[in-house]
Amino acid sequence: MKMRGADAVLRSLEAEGVDTMFGIPGGAIMPTYDAMARGTSVRHVLARHEQGAGHMAQGYARASGRVGVAIATSGPGATNLVTPIADAWMDSTPLVCITGQVRTSLIGTDAFQECDITGVTMPIVKHSWLVHDPREIAGVMKAAFHVARTGRCGPVLVDIPRDVQEAEVDFAYPDKVELPGWKPPRKVHPLQIKQAAEAIANAEKPVLYVGGGTLNADACAELLEVAETGRFPVITTLMGKSAFPETHELHFGWPGMHGPKWANLAMNTCDVLVAIGARFDDRVTGKLTAFAPGATVVHLDIDAAEISKLRDADIPVVGPLKQALAALAKEVGKLREAGAPVPEAWLRRIADWRDEFPLRYGGRSGDWPKPQWVMEQLQELTAGEDVIVSTGVGQHQMWAMQYILSERPRTFITSGGLGTMGFGIPAAIGAKAARPEATVVCVDGDGCFQMTCQELATAALENLPIVVVLVNNGYLGMVYQWQDMFFEGRYSHVHLTKSVPDYARLAEAYGGVGMTVTEESEVRPALEEALQLGRTVVVDVHVDPKEQCFPMIPAGAAALDMIEYPEAMEAEA
Amino acid sequence: MKHTISVTVEDRPGALTRITTMFARRGFNIDSLAVGPTERPGVSCITLRVDCAQHTLEQIEKQIHKLVNTLRVTELVPGEAVERELMLIKVSATPDRRAELIATATAFSGRVVDLGADTVVFELTGTPEELDAFHELCRPQGIVELVRTGRIGISRASAKRTTRRLAAIN
Repeated sequence: MKMRGADAVLRSLEAEGVDTMFGIPGGAIMPTYDAMARGTSVRHVLARHEQGAGHMAQGYARASGRVGVAIATSGPGATNLVTPIADAWMDSTPLVCITGQVRTSLIGTDAFQECDITGVTMPIVKHSWLVHDPREIAGVMKAAFHVARTGRCGPVLVDIPRDVQEAEVDFAYPDKVELPGWKPPRKVHPLQIKQAAEAIANAEKPVLYVGGGTLNADACAELLEVAETGRFPVITTLMGKSAFPETHELHFGWPGMHGPKWANLAMNTCDVLVAIGARFDDRVTGKLTAFAPGATVVHLDIDAAEISKLRDADIPVVGPLKQALAALAKEVGKLREAGAPVPEAWLRRIADWRDEFPLRYGGRSGDWPKPQWVMEQLQELTAGEDVIVSTGVGQHQMWAMQYILSERPRTFITSGGLGTMGFGIPAAIGAKAARPEATVVCVDGDGCFQMTCQELATAALENLPIVVVLVNNGYLGMVYQWQDMFFEGRYSHVHLTKSVPDYARLAEAYGGVGMTVTEESEVRPALEEALQLGRTVVVDVHVDPKEQCFPMIPAGAAALDMIEYPEAMEAEA
Repeated sequence: MKHTISVTVEDRPGALTRITTMFARRGFNIDSLAVGPTERPGVSCITLRVDCAQHTLEQIEKQIHKLVNTLRVTELVPGEAVERELMLIKVSATPDRRAELIATATAFSGRVVDLGADTVVFELTGTPEELDAFHELCRPQGIVELVRTGRIGISRASAKRTTRRLAAIN
């Protein structure tokens, strides 16, 4: 069928079954926006900043399991997508970014709004294409979606010069992908599964260390099966949060820098550590050489390059996790039937640790509500409901991890690897677009909020209502905490104030509802109302600025050298 | 330890850049690099010489393998592969010293490709070690300029399976 290149882009998106894209128009992408105006079945959500559009596409992808699509113009539009692309790269989020480029005749001439975006993004994409000929569009789009979602998920970029969008082309969407070099593993080796099953089933102190790869692989049911068949304790990373029901008796928290002590004790004293779609990130391991000493490591991952990258794997299992975990559950089941002992004593020991070293924070008699207590209220109010939580990055994120219990897959969306402040609000909007029936809550900090709050306009006008629970301590809280702990209390440029801006009025200005809460007694009613309204709401909760996030493994320290909640802080409060 | 990695890639824009930026961002070092066409149209071969531990070598191979344009990654195992390099070297040589230099070059199967008033340009092909040796012999004469291509390699005709492919990725 004859059409313009721009129409070919949209027909490709439609052929891929894309229902929503997030973007902002500009010069070099105008032909494609003109094609949208002529008609497409793909909903376009107009963001206020390309970074917002990118994070929305990420939120959409993370909530739905489908590929997120972001679209922007050349130059600054494209460079504003760099942060979401880097974020998607670190957190393995499937993302197709489409950028306009200056006309092919102008490429390389430093033309207006020209930027070599394929060059800029090369280290942070799985692959990218600069489309020189409109006849390439269909094949490139097909390949882009295929690469983004197969193997280890991640971002790809398609850069299309304006004249290529305008040129006429005979469009036919291909059935097959032409990528001779792209061969992600499709099968797991049965011998590897057998070895893994034997190691795990016969372990005295096994731990399943579950990362975000499990969610990407849609392998949560299989994970549950493995855990229940073998009665293995499950510890989910920040990225793996929601891959396993967190009220389940076999779930034992989250590992790493701000993980509870019982989880880190379990991870670091286990005899068989089963990493499932996890990558031994430094925030999980602490000092790598001191991490889980002596443990036999079984590492299941779709990405062979993660095997033995940081910690040597004794038993590597490379392949799709859904298949691997299903096979593992079967093998473990056989071994259990044959009498391999269930690690009940070990499960009891971790549970005892949990009783002995619970998450703690100061009493509730301070001047302001404690942020942890606010999280507990939110947890109580949302338990059992269809709620998706997104977060920014910092103390509030860690508190959300500790106190919000995620029950269903893809209901906790956060920036893990890159640690992108400002991720929360746009990611929540994207999640809402993917799952309109769910209530989407963004737990945000006041620092993060101000990095992307312009997207409240998008939420209000695109009818994508989100509830922002602002943990407002008036500080760049995590930096404040580090300056307090590691820089002798020299607070350097961390005070934002709780009152500027007036967050509630800002929410109103953006067409939402604003609430300011300064008393503990107001917290629950405000949250209850916000969750019921069905509108975009900002609940600005002024919390105790002195409250810090514990336990904590200082950067570079051994995981077992964690700092617990100081008794002094507890007594003071 | 030094290793030679042979990578076949689709001949696409950026295929080489993707490999070299991956090396840069992951902190791997490249000793030498040679790129050229192969027997298959549209397929290029990139020969990389790296100096690293076995663990790093495996990481390098796996990371290269993940790149979309990469078709095949192999290590050329010493003794089971032939490796060659080309060197052009311009040496100071007054007419009275030329005969000796040319004789030395001939011993290395080198040849004179240009002669000037007080310099000679030699072309040498050989194993990188042979080129090193000739380079050392020329040093006392005064080396004006030297360029090398970086090594390329191919598995020996006699060997059935001369290259080691990584179990985890292939």
